[in-house]
Amino acid sequence: MKHETIEKNLPLMVVMIVIALSWAGLVEIVPLFWDTDTNKPVEGLKPHTALELEGRDIYIREGCHVCHTQMVRPFRAETERYGPYSVAGESVYEHPFLWGSKRTGPDLARLGGRYSDEWHRAHMYNPRDVVPESKMPSYPWLFEDKVDGRDTPNKMKALRMVGVPYTDEDIEGAKEAVDGVTEIEALVAYLQQLGTVITKR
Amino acid sequence: MLSTFWQVWIMAIVFGSMIACGLLILYVSKGQRKDETTSETTGHTYDGIEELNNPLPRWWVIMFWGTIVYGFLYIGAYGLGNFDGLLTVKVDGEDVTWTSTNQWKAEVQAFEEEIAPLYAGYLATPIAELAKNEDALQTGQRLFKSNCSVCHGTNAMGAQGFPNLTDNDWLWGGTPESIKHTLMYGRQAAMPAWGTTLGDEGIADMTEYVRSLSGLDHDAEAAEKAAPKFQMLCMACHGADGKGNQLVGAPNLTDEIWLYGGSTKQIKFTLRNGRNGKMPAQADILGEDKVHVLSAYVYSLSNGE
Repeated sequence: MKHETIEKNLPLMVVMIVIALSWAGLVEIVPLFWDTDTNKPVEGLKPHTALELEGRDIYIREGCHVCHTQMVRPFRAETERYGPYSVAGESVYEHPFLWGSKRTGPDLARLGGRYSDEWHRAHMYNPRDVVPESKMPSYPWLFEDKVDGRDTPNKMKALRMVGVPYTDEDIEGAKEAVDGVTEIEALVAYLQQLGTVITKR
Repeated sequence: MLSTFWQVWIMAIVFGSMIACGLLILYVSKGQRKDETTSETTGHTYDGIEELNNPLPRWWVIMFWGTIVYGFLYIGAYGLGNFDGLLTVKVDGEDVTWTSTNQWKAEVQAFEEEIAPLYAGYLATPIAELAKNEDALQTGQRLFKSNCSVCHGTNAMGAQGFPNLTDNDWLWGGTPESIKHTLMYGRQAAMPAWGTTLGDEGIADMTEYVRSLSGLDHDAEAAEKAAPKFQMLCMACHGADGKGNQLVGAPNLTDEIWLYGGSTKQIKFTLRNGRNGKMPAQADILGEDKVHVLSAYVYSLSNGE
Protein backbone atom coordinates (compact mmCIF):
# COMPACT_ATOMS: atom_id res chain seq x y z
CA MET A 1 0.00 0.00 0.00
CA LYS A 2 1.36 3.37 -0.96
CA HIS A 3 1.65 6.25 1.51
CA GLU A 4 -0.43 8.29 -0.83
CA THR A 5 -3.31 5.82 -0.71
CA ILE A 6 -3.55 6.17 3.06
CA GLU A 7 -2.89 9.87 3.22
CA LYS A 8 -5.51 10.77 0.65
CA ASN A 9 -8.18 8.41 1.93
CA LEU A 10 -9.41 9.68 5.27
CA PRO A 11 -11.75 6.79 6.28
CA LEU A 12 -8.98 4.31 5.58
CA MET A 13 -6.56 6.35 7.67
CA VAL A 14 -9.08 6.56 10.53
CA VAL A 15 -9.54 2.79 10.48
CA MET A 16 -5.79 2.21 10.47
CA ILE A 17 -5.23 4.70 13.30
CA VAL A 18 -7.89 2.96 15.39
CA ILE A 19 -6.24 -0.40 14.76
CA ALA A 20 -2.81 0.99 15.64
CA LEU A 21 -4.09 2.57 18.88
CA SER A 22 -6.05 -0.50 20.00
CA TRP A 23 -3.33 -2.95 19.16
CA ALA A 24 -1.89 -3.34 22.66
CA GLY A 25 -5.42 -3.59 24.05
CA LEU A 26 -5.91 -6.81 22.12
CA VAL A 27 -3.29 -8.36 24.38
CA GLU A 28 -3.65 -6.34 27.55
CA ILE A 29 -7.42 -5.96 27.81
CA VAL A 30 -9.37 -8.35 25.59
CA PRO A 31 -8.28 -11.65 27.25
CA LEU A 32 -9.42 -10.27 30.64
CA PHE A 33 -13.03 -10.21 29.46
CA TRP A 34 -12.95 -13.99 29.72
CA ASP A 35 -10.73 -14.33 32.78
CA THR A 36 -12.47 -15.40 36.01
CA ASP A 37 -10.06 -13.32 38.11
CA THR A 38 -11.51 -10.21 36.59
CA ASN A 39 -15.15 -11.02 35.89
CA LYS A 40 -16.15 -13.11 38.89
CA PRO A 41 -17.50 -11.15 41.89
CA VAL A 42 -15.58 -11.54 45.15
CA GLU A 43 -17.35 -13.49 47.86
CA GLY A 44 -20.06 -11.48 49.58
CA LEU A 45 -20.29 -8.80 46.91
CA LYS A 46 -23.84 -7.46 46.61
CA PRO A 47 -25.30 -5.06 44.09
CA HIS A 48 -25.91 -1.56 45.45
CA THR A 49 -29.23 -1.01 47.20
CA ALA A 50 -31.54 1.55 45.62
CA LEU A 51 -30.34 4.18 48.09
CA GLU A 52 -26.65 3.43 47.53
CA LEU A 53 -27.22 3.48 43.78
CA GLU A 54 -28.74 6.95 43.96
CA GLY A 55 -25.85 7.99 46.20
CA ARG A 56 -23.44 6.68 43.61
CA ASP A 57 -25.10 8.77 40.92
CA ILE A 58 -24.75 11.84 43.15
CA TYR A 59 -21.08 10.93 43.60
CA ILE A 60 -20.75 10.93 39.81
CA ARG A 61 -22.84 14.08 39.35
CA GLU A 62 -20.74 16.07 41.80
CA GLY A 63 -17.57 14.84 40.15
CA CYS A 64 -16.12 13.20 43.27
CA HIS A 65 -14.22 10.76 41.05
CA VAL A 66 -12.31 13.65 39.53
CA CYS A 67 -10.39 14.26 42.76
CA HIS A 68 -10.77 10.92 44.53
CA THR A 69 -9.66 7.53 43.26
CA GLN A 70 -11.25 4.27 44.34
CA MET A 71 -8.28 2.06 43.79
CA VAL A 72 -5.81 0.99 46.45
CA ARG A 73 -2.75 -0.21 44.58
CA PRO A 74 -0.64 -3.11 45.86
CA PHE A 75 2.08 -0.97 47.46
CA ARG A 76 2.90 -1.11 51.14
CA ALA A 77 2.53 2.64 51.57
CA GLU A 78 -0.98 2.45 50.18
CA THR A 79 -2.18 -0.59 52.08
CA GLU A 80 -0.80 0.96 55.28
CA ARG A 81 -2.81 4.07 54.73
CA TYR A 82 -5.99 2.86 53.08
CA GLY A 83 -6.37 -0.85 53.78
CA PRO A 84 -6.32 -3.97 51.61
CA TYR A 85 -5.47 -3.38 47.96
CA SER A 86 -8.36 -3.36 45.49
CA VAL A 87 -9.13 -6.45 43.44
CA ALA A 88 -10.99 -6.65 40.15
CA GLY A 89 -13.73 -8.87 41.59
CA GLU A 90 -14.95 -5.98 43.74
CA SER A 91 -15.81 -3.90 40.70
CA VAL A 92 -17.75 -6.37 38.57
CA TYR A 93 -21.10 -4.71 39.39
CA GLU A 94 -19.75 -1.23 38.79
CA HIS A 95 -20.97 0.36 35.56
CA PRO A 96 -19.07 2.51 34.97
CA PHE A 97 -16.30 1.83 37.48
CA LEU A 98 -15.13 4.86 39.48
CA TRP A 99 -11.47 3.97 39.95
CA GLY A 100 -10.48 7.45 38.86
CA SER A 101 -6.97 8.44 37.96
CA LYS A 102 -6.12 11.44 40.11
CA ARG A 103 -5.79 11.95 43.83
CA THR A 104 -6.29 15.53 44.80
CA GLY A 105 -8.03 14.08 47.83
CA PRO A 106 -7.37 10.69 49.40
CA ASP A 107 -8.36 7.36 47.90
CA LEU A 108 -11.88 6.29 48.88
CA ALA A 109 -11.84 2.60 47.96
CA ARG A 110 -11.88 1.54 51.65
CA LEU A 111 -13.80 4.47 53.05
CA GLY A 112 -16.81 2.49 54.30
CA GLY A 113 -17.06 2.38 58.11
CA ARG A 114 -13.92 4.46 58.59
CA TYR A 115 -15.82 7.52 59.83
CA SER A 116 -19.27 8.01 61.32
CA ASP A 117 -22.30 9.13 59.32
CA GLU A 118 -22.26 12.32 61.37
CA TRP A 119 -18.70 12.99 60.28
CA HIS A 120 -19.61 12.56 56.64
CA ARG A 121 -22.52 14.95 56.99
CA ALA A 122 -20.44 17.58 58.76
CA HIS A 123 -17.67 17.09 56.24
CA MET A 124 -19.93 17.39 53.19
CA TYR A 125 -21.64 20.48 54.58
CA ASN A 126 -18.35 22.23 55.09
CA PRO A 127 -15.16 20.14 55.04
CA ARG A 128 -13.26 22.77 57.06
CA ASP A 129 -15.56 22.27 60.03
CA VAL A 130 -13.86 18.94 60.66
CA VAL A 131 -10.62 19.13 58.67
CA PRO A 132 -9.37 22.74 58.90
CA GLU A 133 -6.67 22.26 56.28
CA SER A 134 -9.03 20.72 53.71
CA LYS A 135 -9.49 22.27 50.30
CA MET A 136 -12.46 20.17 49.29
CA PRO A 137 -15.50 22.16 48.15
CA SER A 138 -18.63 22.33 50.32
CA TYR A 139 -21.81 20.61 49.19
CA PRO A 140 -24.57 22.29 51.24
CA TRP A 141 -27.28 21.70 48.64
CA LEU A 142 -27.16 17.96 49.26
CA PHE A 143 -28.92 18.66 52.56
CA GLU A 144 -31.85 20.38 50.87
CA ASP A 145 -32.27 18.55 47.60
CA LYS A 146 -34.28 15.35 47.62
CA VAL A 147 -33.71 12.20 45.64
CA ASP A 148 -36.46 11.57 43.16
CA GLY A 149 -37.02 7.84 42.83
CA ARG A 150 -38.65 8.13 39.43
CA ASP A 151 -35.69 6.78 37.50
CA THR A 152 -34.29 4.40 40.08
CA PRO A 153 -36.11 1.26 38.82
CA ASN A 154 -35.01 2.03 35.27
CA LYS A 155 -31.42 2.49 36.36
CA MET A 156 -31.57 -0.90 38.05
CA LYS A 157 -33.11 -2.50 34.98
CA ALA A 158 -30.35 -1.06 32.83
CA LEU A 159 -27.72 -2.40 35.21
CA ARG A 160 -29.41 -5.79 35.18
CA MET A 161 -29.05 -5.87 31.42
CA VAL A 162 -25.28 -5.63 31.80
CA GLY A 163 -25.12 -8.36 34.41
CA VAL A 164 -25.87 -6.88 37.84
CA PRO A 165 -28.09 -9.46 39.58
CA TYR A 166 -31.00 -7.30 40.70
CA THR A 167 -34.17 -9.25 41.46
CA ASP A 168 -37.66 -8.16 40.47
CA GLU A 169 -38.38 -7.33 44.12
CA ASP A 170 -35.31 -5.08 44.28
CA ILE A 171 -36.58 -3.15 41.30
CA GLU A 172 -40.20 -3.02 42.49
CA GLY A 173 -39.28 -1.61 45.89
CA ALA A 174 -36.69 0.79 44.54
CA LYS A 175 -38.90 3.83 44.08
CA GLU A 176 -40.31 3.76 47.62
CA ALA A 177 -36.88 3.07 49.07
CA VAL A 178 -35.44 6.34 47.88
CA ASP A 179 -38.38 8.66 47.30
CA GLY A 180 -38.09 11.88 49.25
CA VAL A 181 -34.76 10.98 50.88
CA THR A 182 -32.27 13.84 51.01
CA GLU A 183 -29.30 13.54 48.70
CA ILE A 184 -26.85 13.57 51.58
CA GLU A 185 -28.47 10.44 53.04
CA ALA A 186 -28.10 8.63 49.74
CA LEU A 187 -24.50 9.78 49.31
CA VAL A 188 -23.51 8.77 52.86
CA ALA A 189 -25.16 5.37 52.36
CA TYR A 190 -23.03 4.91 49.24
CA LEU A 191 -19.82 6.08 50.92
CA GLN A 192 -20.34 3.90 53.98
CA GLN A 193 -20.37 0.69 51.94
CA LEU A 194 -17.28 1.46 49.87
CA GLY A 195 -14.81 -1.38 50.03
CA THR A 196 -16.47 -3.12 52.98
CA VAL A 197 -16.62 -6.50 51.24
CA ILE A 198 -12.91 -7.00 51.89
CA THR A 199 -11.87 -5.97 55.38
CA LYS A 200 -8.68 -7.96 55.92
CA ARG A 201 -5.63 -8.23 53.80
CA MET B 1 -4.67 -19.19 34.29
CA LEU B 2 -5.37 -18.35 30.69
CA SER B 3 -6.82 -20.92 28.34
CA THR B 4 -4.67 -22.20 25.49
CA PHE B 5 -6.58 -20.05 23.05
CA TRP B 6 -5.75 -16.81 24.86
CA GLN B 7 -2.23 -17.97 25.51
CA VAL B 8 -1.70 -18.48 21.78
CA TRP B 9 -3.54 -15.21 21.05
CA ILE B 10 -1.23 -13.24 23.32
CA MET B 11 1.96 -14.92 22.16
CA ALA B 12 1.02 -14.54 18.50
CA ILE B 13 0.20 -10.84 18.76
CA VAL B 14 3.18 -9.94 20.93
CA PHE B 15 5.86 -11.85 19.08
CA GLY B 16 4.19 -11.18 15.74
CA SER B 17 4.28 -7.44 16.44
CA MET B 18 7.89 -7.55 17.55
CA ILE B 19 8.95 -9.43 14.45
CA ALA B 20 6.86 -7.12 12.29
CA CYS B 21 8.58 -4.10 13.82
CA GLY B 22 11.94 -5.64 12.99
CA LEU B 23 10.87 -6.30 9.43
CA LEU B 24 9.63 -2.74 9.13
CA ILE B 25 13.02 -1.42 10.19
CA LEU B 26 14.75 -3.67 7.67
CA TYR B 27 12.33 -2.54 4.98
CA VAL B 28 12.84 1.18 5.51
CA SER B 29 16.59 0.77 6.06
CA LYS B 30 17.02 -0.83 2.66
CA GLY B 31 19.98 0.55 0.75
CA GLN B 32 21.11 2.59 3.68
CA ARG B 33 24.76 3.63 3.54
CA LYS B 34 26.64 5.85 5.87
CA ASP B 35 27.24 9.48 4.88
CA GLU B 36 25.40 9.12 1.66
CA THR B 37 22.43 11.12 0.45
CA THR B 38 20.00 10.17 -2.24
CA SER B 39 18.07 11.87 -4.94
CA GLU B 40 15.24 9.37 -4.60
CA THR B 41 12.04 10.95 -3.31
CA THR B 42 9.26 9.52 -1.18
CA GLY B 43 6.78 10.48 -3.86
CA HIS B 44 5.16 13.08 -1.63
CA THR B 45 4.61 16.29 -3.55
CA TYR B 46 2.97 19.36 -2.11
CA ASP B 47 3.00 22.62 -4.03
CA GLY B 48 5.96 21.34 -5.95
CA ILE B 49 7.97 20.54 -2.82
CA GLU B 50 9.31 16.99 -2.76
CA GLU B 51 10.56 14.92 0.14
CA LEU B 52 13.86 13.13 -0.31
CA ASN B 53 13.93 9.51 0.78
CA ASN B 54 17.06 9.72 2.90
CA PRO B 55 17.87 6.88 5.25
CA LEU B 56 17.06 7.14 8.96
CA PRO B 57 20.01 8.22 11.10
CA ARG B 58 22.03 5.25 12.26
CA TRP B 59 21.68 6.03 15.98
CA TRP B 60 17.96 6.15 15.55
CA VAL B 61 17.82 2.77 13.84
CA ILE B 62 19.96 1.34 16.63
CA MET B 63 17.48 2.63 19.16
CA PHE B 64 14.64 0.91 17.32
CA TRP B 65 16.52 -2.37 17.45
CA GLY B 66 17.26 -1.65 21.08
CA THR B 67 13.57 -1.43 21.95
CA ILE B 68 12.95 -4.81 20.36
CA VAL B 69 15.80 -6.39 22.29
CA TYR B 70 14.52 -4.70 25.46
CA GLY B 71 11.09 -6.18 24.76
CA PHE B 72 12.49 -9.71 24.76
CA LEU B 73 14.46 -9.07 27.96
CA TYR B 74 11.35 -7.63 29.59
CA ILE B 75 9.27 -10.65 28.67
CA GLY B 76 12.01 -12.91 30.00
CA ALA B 77 12.01 -11.06 33.30
CA TYR B 78 8.32 -10.37 33.89
CA GLY B 79 6.64 -13.07 31.83
CA LEU B 80 3.90 -13.12 29.26
CA GLY B 81 0.52 -14.85 29.49
CA ASN B 82 1.04 -18.07 31.43
CA PHE B 83 4.82 -17.83 31.26
CA ASP B 84 5.80 -16.42 34.63
CA GLY B 85 9.10 -14.80 33.84
CA LEU B 86 12.42 -15.33 35.56
CA LEU B 87 12.33 -12.48 38.05
CA THR B 88 11.65 -13.51 41.61
CA VAL B 89 10.90 -11.94 44.97
CA LYS B 90 11.21 -13.37 48.48
CA VAL B 91 7.90 -14.27 50.12
CA ASP B 92 7.77 -16.43 53.26
CA GLY B 93 11.50 -16.98 52.88
CA GLU B 94 11.13 -18.53 49.45
CA ASP B 95 11.86 -17.17 46.01
CA VAL B 96 8.60 -16.87 44.13
CA THR B 97 7.68 -15.46 40.76
CA TRP B 98 7.49 -11.73 40.50
CA THR B 99 3.91 -10.45 40.38
CA SER B 100 2.74 -7.09 41.65
CA THR B 101 0.97 -8.77 44.58
CA ASN B 102 4.00 -10.94 45.40
CA GLN B 103 6.14 -7.84 45.33
CA TRP B 104 3.67 -6.21 47.73
CA LYS B 105 3.81 -9.26 50.01
CA ALA B 106 7.58 -9.18 50.00
CA GLU B 107 7.61 -5.47 50.83
CA VAL B 108 5.10 -5.90 53.65
CA GLN B 109 6.88 -8.94 55.08
CA ALA B 110 10.27 -7.30 55.02
CA PHE B 111 8.84 -4.32 56.85
CA GLU B 112 6.83 -6.37 59.35
CA GLU B 113 9.91 -8.42 60.14
CA GLU B 114 11.73 -5.26 61.00
CA ILE B 115 8.91 -3.70 62.95
CA ALA B 116 7.35 -6.76 64.62
CA PRO B 117 9.77 -6.97 67.58
CA LEU B 118 9.22 -3.29 68.24
CA TYR B 119 5.44 -3.61 68.30
CA ALA B 120 5.63 -6.83 70.29
CA GLY B 121 7.60 -4.93 72.90
CA TYR B 122 5.06 -2.13 72.92
CA LEU B 123 2.17 -4.53 73.18
CA ALA B 124 3.73 -6.18 76.21
CA THR B 125 4.09 -2.81 77.94
CA PRO B 126 1.11 -1.50 79.92
CA ILE B 127 -0.39 1.60 78.31
CA ALA B 128 0.24 3.92 81.24
CA GLU B 129 3.93 3.02 81.12
CA LEU B 130 4.10 3.13 77.32
CA ALA B 131 2.75 6.67 77.53
CA LYS B 132 6.14 7.69 78.96
CA ASN B 133 8.12 6.10 76.13
CA GLU B 134 9.16 8.91 73.75
CA ASP B 135 9.69 6.60 70.77
CA ALA B 136 6.31 4.96 71.18
CA LEU B 137 4.66 8.35 71.50
CA GLN B 138 6.26 9.52 68.28
CA THR B 139 4.94 6.48 66.49
CA GLY B 140 1.59 7.06 68.16
CA GLN B 141 1.50 10.64 67.01
CA ARG B 142 2.15 9.64 63.42
CA LEU B 143 -0.53 6.98 63.57
CA PHE B 144 -2.86 9.54 65.09
CA LYS B 145 -2.21 12.02 62.33
CA SER B 146 -2.87 9.52 59.57
CA ASN B 147 -5.86 7.82 61.11
CA CYS B 148 -7.53 9.90 63.81
CA SER B 149 -6.91 13.53 62.96
CA VAL B 150 -9.63 13.51 60.33
CA CYS B 151 -12.22 13.70 63.12
CA HIS B 152 -10.26 14.67 66.23
CA GLY B 153 -7.99 17.20 64.55
CA THR B 154 -4.20 17.11 64.09
CA ASN B 155 -3.83 18.63 67.58
CA ALA B 156 -6.34 16.11 69.00
CA MET B 157 -8.52 18.94 70.20
CA GLY B 158 -11.57 17.75 68.30
CA ALA B 159 -14.31 19.76 66.65
CA GLN B 160 -17.99 20.19 67.24
CA GLY B 161 -19.36 16.66 67.56
CA PHE B 162 -15.89 15.13 67.82
CA PRO B 163 -14.41 15.00 71.31
CA ASN B 164 -11.34 16.89 72.42
CA LEU B 165 -8.85 14.26 73.59
CA THR B 166 -6.54 16.58 75.47
CA ASP B 167 -8.82 17.86 78.25
CA ASN B 168 -9.06 14.76 80.43
CA ASP B 169 -12.84 14.84 80.19
CA TRP B 170 -14.04 11.45 79.01
CA LEU B 171 -17.32 10.28 77.54
CA TRP B 172 -16.49 6.59 77.73
CA GLY B 173 -13.80 6.60 80.38
CA GLY B 174 -10.21 7.71 80.43
CA THR B 175 -8.49 4.71 81.96
CA PRO B 176 -5.96 3.01 79.65
CA GLU B 177 -8.30 0.03 79.37
CA SER B 178 -11.34 2.11 78.41
CA ILE B 179 -9.37 4.07 75.85
CA LYS B 180 -8.09 0.91 74.24
CA HIS B 181 -11.56 -0.62 74.27
CA THR B 182 -12.97 2.50 72.64
CA LEU B 183 -10.36 2.35 69.90
CA MET B 184 -10.61 -1.38 69.30
CA TYR B 185 -14.34 -1.85 69.23
CA GLY B 186 -15.70 1.64 68.68
CA ARG B 187 -18.48 3.37 70.57
CA GLN B 188 -22.02 4.24 69.65
CA ALA B 189 -23.75 6.92 71.67
CA ALA B 190 -27.53 7.24 71.52
CA MET B 191 -29.21 10.37 72.75
CA PRO B 192 -32.87 10.06 71.77
CA ALA B 193 -34.77 12.87 70.08
CA TRP B 194 -37.12 14.54 72.55
CA GLY B 195 -38.84 16.90 70.12
CA THR B 196 -42.20 15.15 70.11
CA THR B 197 -42.18 14.13 73.78
CA LEU B 198 -41.33 17.55 75.15
CA GLY B 199 -42.91 19.83 72.56
CA ASP B 200 -41.59 23.25 71.67
CA GLU B 201 -42.17 24.75 75.08
CA GLY B 202 -40.79 21.73 76.90
CA ILE B 203 -37.64 21.87 74.78
CA ALA B 204 -37.19 25.56 75.57
CA ASP B 205 -37.64 24.93 79.30
CA MET B 206 -35.31 21.93 79.32
CA THR B 207 -32.68 23.98 77.50
CA GLU B 208 -32.78 26.50 80.36
CA TYR B 209 -32.51 23.69 82.89
CA VAL B 210 -29.53 22.13 81.10
CA ARG B 211 -27.83 25.53 81.01
CA SER B 212 -28.51 25.96 84.72
CA LEU B 213 -26.63 22.73 85.47
CA SER B 214 -23.34 24.25 84.44
CA GLY B 215 -24.11 27.71 85.73
CA LEU B 216 -24.71 29.39 82.37
CA ASP B 217 -27.14 32.28 82.01
CA HIS B 218 -30.62 30.86 82.14
CA ASP B 219 -34.24 31.61 82.87
CA ALA B 220 -34.64 30.23 86.39
CA GLU B 221 -38.41 29.97 86.16
CA ALA B 222 -38.33 27.91 82.98
CA ALA B 223 -35.52 25.74 84.35
CA GLU B 224 -37.57 24.98 87.43
CA LYS B 225 -40.47 23.86 85.28
CA ALA B 226 -38.23 21.40 83.43
CA ALA B 227 -36.49 20.00 86.52
CA PRO B 228 -39.01 17.20 87.23
CA LYS B 229 -38.96 16.21 83.57
CA PHE B 230 -35.17 15.96 83.67
CA GLN B 231 -35.47 13.52 86.56
CA MET B 232 -37.98 11.53 84.53
CA LEU B 233 -36.46 11.51 81.07
CA CYS B 234 -32.78 12.38 81.30
CA MET B 235 -31.50 10.99 84.58
CA ALA B 236 -31.34 7.41 83.31
CA CYS B 237 -28.26 8.32 81.30
CA HIS B 238 -27.08 11.71 82.56
CA GLY B 239 -27.72 10.91 86.24
CA ALA B 240 -29.91 12.73 88.72
CA ASP B 241 -27.27 15.40 89.19
CA GLY B 242 -26.51 15.64 85.44
CA LYS B 243 -22.96 14.40 85.90
CA GLY B 244 -23.27 11.83 83.12
CA ASN B 245 -22.44 8.16 82.92
CA GLN B 246 -19.40 6.76 81.18
CA LEU B 247 -21.00 3.33 80.78
CA VAL B 248 -23.36 4.71 78.15
CA GLY B 249 -21.21 7.60 76.99
CA ALA B 250 -23.57 10.17 78.47
CA PRO B 251 -21.71 13.45 78.91
CA ASN B 252 -21.39 15.37 82.14
CA LEU B 253 -23.76 18.34 81.77
CA THR B 254 -22.42 20.26 84.73
CA ASP B 255 -19.02 21.15 83.32
CA GLU B 256 -17.98 23.66 80.69
CA ILE B 257 -17.35 21.14 77.95
CA TRP B 258 -19.98 20.97 75.24
CA LEU B 259 -19.51 18.36 72.55
CA TYR B 260 -22.35 19.74 70.46
CA GLY B 261 -22.22 23.33 71.65
CA GLY B 262 -23.70 24.99 74.73
CA SER B 263 -25.59 27.88 73.20
CA THR B 264 -29.35 27.93 73.64
CA LYS B 265 -29.78 27.22 69.95
CA GLN B 266 -27.37 24.29 69.94
CA ILE B 267 -28.81 22.70 73.07
CA LYS B 268 -32.31 23.02 71.66
CA PHE B 269 -31.20 21.29 68.48
CA THR B 270 -29.60 18.46 70.44
CA LEU B 271 -32.69 17.99 72.59
CA ARG B 272 -35.08 18.12 69.67
CA ASN B 273 -33.21 15.82 67.29
CA GLY B 274 -31.07 13.66 69.54
CA ARG B 275 -27.42 12.79 68.92
CA ASN B 276 -25.77 9.58 67.79
CA GLY B 277 -22.08 10.11 68.14
CA LYS B 278 -20.07 7.22 66.79
CA MET B 279 -16.48 6.18 67.19
CA PRO B 280 -15.67 3.62 64.46
CA ALA B 281 -13.99 0.37 65.53
CA GLN B 282 -10.31 0.15 64.62
CA ALA B 283 -9.58 -3.51 65.44
CA ASP B 284 -9.94 -4.61 61.81
CA ILE B 285 -8.52 -1.45 60.31
CA LEU B 286 -5.39 -0.90 62.40
CA GLY B 287 -5.03 -4.10 64.40
CA GLU B 288 -4.23 -4.40 68.11
CA ASP B 289 -0.52 -3.51 67.83
CA LYS B 290 -1.17 -0.07 66.51
CA VAL B 291 -4.25 0.48 68.64
CA HIS B 292 -2.14 -0.21 71.71
CA VAL B 293 0.42 2.40 70.73
CA LEU B 294 -2.33 4.84 69.81
CA SER B 295 -4.02 4.27 73.17
CA ALA B 296 -0.78 5.21 74.87
CA TYR B 297 -0.55 8.35 72.76
CA VAL B 298 -4.13 9.36 73.50
CA TYR B 299 -3.61 8.59 77.19
CA SER B 300 -0.47 10.71 77.23
CA LEU B 301 -2.35 13.72 75.86
CA SER B 302 -4.18 14.28 79.13
CA ASN B 303 -1.92 12.40 81.54
CA GLY B 304 1.44 13.82 80.59
CA GLU B 305 3.69 16.01 82.62
